[in-house]
Amino acid sequence: MSVAFDEMTNADGSIRPAYAALSRWLSNVPPDVLDYRRREAEFIFRRIGITFAVYGESDAQERLIPFDIIPRILTGTEWRRLSLGLEQRTKALNLYLKDIYSRREILKAGVVPEDLVYQNPAFRPEMNGQKVPHDLYVHIAGIDVVRVDADTFYVLEDNARTPSGVSYMLENREIMMRLFPELFADNRVAPVENYTDELLATLKSLAPGTSNSDPAVVVLTPGIYNSAYYEHSFLADKLGVELVEGRDLFVRNDIVYMRTTEGPRRVDVIYRRLDDDFIDPLTFRPDSALGVPGLMSAYNAGNVTLTNAVGTGVADDKAVYSYMPDIIRFYLGEEPLLKNVPTWRCREPDHLKYVLDHLNELVVKEVHGSGGYGMLIGPRADKAQIELFRAKLKQDPNNFIAQPTLALSTCPTFVEEGIAPRHVDLRPFVLTGADKVRIVPGGLTRVALEAGSLVVNSSQGGGTKDTWVLEEN
Amino acid sequence: MLSRTADNLYWLSRYMERADCLARILDVTQRLAQLPAAYGGSTNEWRSALLTAGCAEQFKAVYGDDISEQNVITFLAFSPENPSSIRNCFEIARTNARSVRTALTMEMWETINSSWLELKRYSTKNMTREELARFMAFVKETSLRFDGAAYRTMLRNDAFWFSRVGMYVERADNTARILDVKYHVLLPDSEHIGGPLDYFQWASILRSVSALTSFHWVYRESVKPWLVADLLILNAQMPRSLTSCYQNITRYLDDIAAYYGRQGGSQRLARSTLTRLGNSRMEDIFQTGLHEYIDTFVTENNRLGSIVNEQYLL
Repeated sequence: MSVAFDEMTNADGSIRPAYAALSRWLSNVPPDVLDYRRREAEFIFRRIGITFAVYGESDAQERLIPFDIIPRILTGTEWRRLSLGLEQRTKALNLYLKDIYSRREILKAGVVPEDLVYQNPAFRPEMNGQKVPHDLYVHIAGIDVVRVDADTFYVLEDNARTPSGVSYMLENREIMMRLFPELFADNRVAPVENYTDELLATLKSLAPGTSNSDPAVVVLTPGIYNSAYYEHSFLADKLGVELVEGRDLFVRNDIVYMRTTEGPRRVDVIYRRLDDDFIDPLTFRPDSALGVPGLMSAYNAGNVTLTNAVGTGVADDKAVYSYMPDIIRFYLGEEPLLKNVPTWRCREPDHLKYVLDHLNELVVKEVHGSGGYGMLIGPRADKAQIELFRAKLKQDPNNFIAQPTLALSTCPTFVEEGIAPRHVDLRPFVLTGADKVRIVPGGLTRVALEAGSLVVNSSQGGGTKDTWVLEEN
Repeated sequence: MLSRTADNLYWLSRYMERADCLARILDVTQRLAQLPAAYGGSTNEWRSALLTAGCAEQFKAVYGDDISEQNVITFLAFSPENPSSIRNCFEIARTNARSVRTALTMEMWETINSSWLELKRYSTKNMTREELARFMAFVKETSLRFDGAAYRTMLRNDAFWFSRVGMYVERADNTARILDVKYHVLLPDSEHIGGPLDYFQWASILRSVSALTSFHWVYRESVKPWLVADLLILNAQMPRSLTSCYQNITRYLDDIAAYYGRQGGSQRLARSTLTRLGNSRMEDIFQTGLHEYIDTFVTENNRLGSIVNEQYLL
């Protein structure tokens, strides 16, 4: 593995311009002040209750995601390039979904193999021929990107179902402004706090034609035991809309209502943070107590908008990911602005052969995995793990893809031994409304706190950073 | 607002109020039980505490007849088996608060969340008296902070009114149950009238609703049982009296009705209970039976709870 690109310090030790002010500040501030502020940040997070749950851990029911107080900085120029690529990618995702659930031109053209759609567990036949408001499916996308050098960003993953993390983007900024006002005086940082306003505008623009002039928007949560519950309540609060659970809603004559102290009230747009499987026990999993019986029927009748649409998972798994450059070319006739990480599809025999021969160099991921679970990081795995994956790959090659281990960029991070480089990724959030696409400058930077580690997932000990986009004067 | 949100707010306030009341009961019981027998001190006090807290049955299921100080304290303060232990009250309050965070102000949430975190710091077994005293102070402090945070920071809308209704329904219930368990020492024909035994019993009732000082300011004479009953039942100046609770309940239910433009069963029942309290005189209450009077009140207060539930919270 080559030496990772550091976003602050060049190989010759010089500081990259975007980090000049921060670097000066870091060399002047005593370490104990940093440590004190770090603890202060943690105290605030805990008191506010910005916690998440890790499934399968009973005692640590509510954990904090470690917050690193050193911001990650992008220049305005870098950001503009990135955001054009994000917009392009999201557009293509929406066109792809529309096509998949209607004419399926892309399958007929042989660009994407049919079984990736028809045998995909996230494919929803219920959505075939179903018109969705404004032909949009992915209204809120989280596109994970990583950086490998000064000029190259790769898309690592598309999240087109219910991407989370935006509350951390917003809270991290709040905390930074509270703890380090002097830094914001020295740097012109583009604000992100308008995200929830942009989100509300997006959601309202998506209201079905049958709704009143001021559509009623709600956030649908699985409830307080969900790992991202904090975010659900945070968003509902900032949007100024009701945070509902399935039992708060009911459907009558294909109209969705919520139960209020003044009787039933119509609901037009549901920002649901509940997976497809659970939203309607009459259509999907009958044992779901979290959903709303009849919701799909109201949806099909065009009386309610679900964001994101049902069935978007068919566009964001890791097997489809490898076709994204082709998908962009097919619908937009453009070259992708953001690169894909080179990906071997183990479903193709020659790819599989290559992967099996190079297991110790590659990262192998499950097509439907997430959260950093169920993956093999070849260079860091022992023999037994590699053999285990070899067996898995042979048994079910369709279930895996493999990628080279990327030298993810690093950022200065405040850890035990002081300030040290740690690997980061970035999840910007792309909002697609009926009127336009909105992206606030920044996103959630996740950082692998362990030296050398590439796993940034919060469920596996990753932390977060505030992400700055500098405005040039 | 969502019915579930209103329901959560209502119960959140009830549980915070209940925790406060339990802390006071424990405080007073310990004080009484420490007195020499000649002054009314006896181990029966712990049984009364269980009765007042309304969980003698559940206690028996766990400890049998072993009504020791340690057992009762553990049960009322910390036991996970007692659905209304202080610990459980805080936990339910926090669970409710988490699911209605958007309806709470940051100050209210922070009070609940930080006290829930602090609660875990108290060891639940073999507490010294000093630790226990600190714990009680912490509980009372928490409910004061919560109440103050709600009062100072909430918008005056249905969210505020539902939480206030919950608090006053719970408070009325607690005051009534304290009276119900101790009513016999308040009867005017009590044999030991004026003896030191009764004085400490009466004083302890006043203390359990933090009204010993208020008593002297209101009546300007020594503690007398019928005046204690008057203060706790009829006196509108006393914030924990049944009358005061119902003035508030009626007011907040009327606010809700005006806001929604519709009166209902809960408003009618609250008003009729308040009217009955207003028409009562202590002499008549003693004549017809203090116990029966309070009994009826407890039943009516519970009925109000169910009607509020049916009218708004389902």
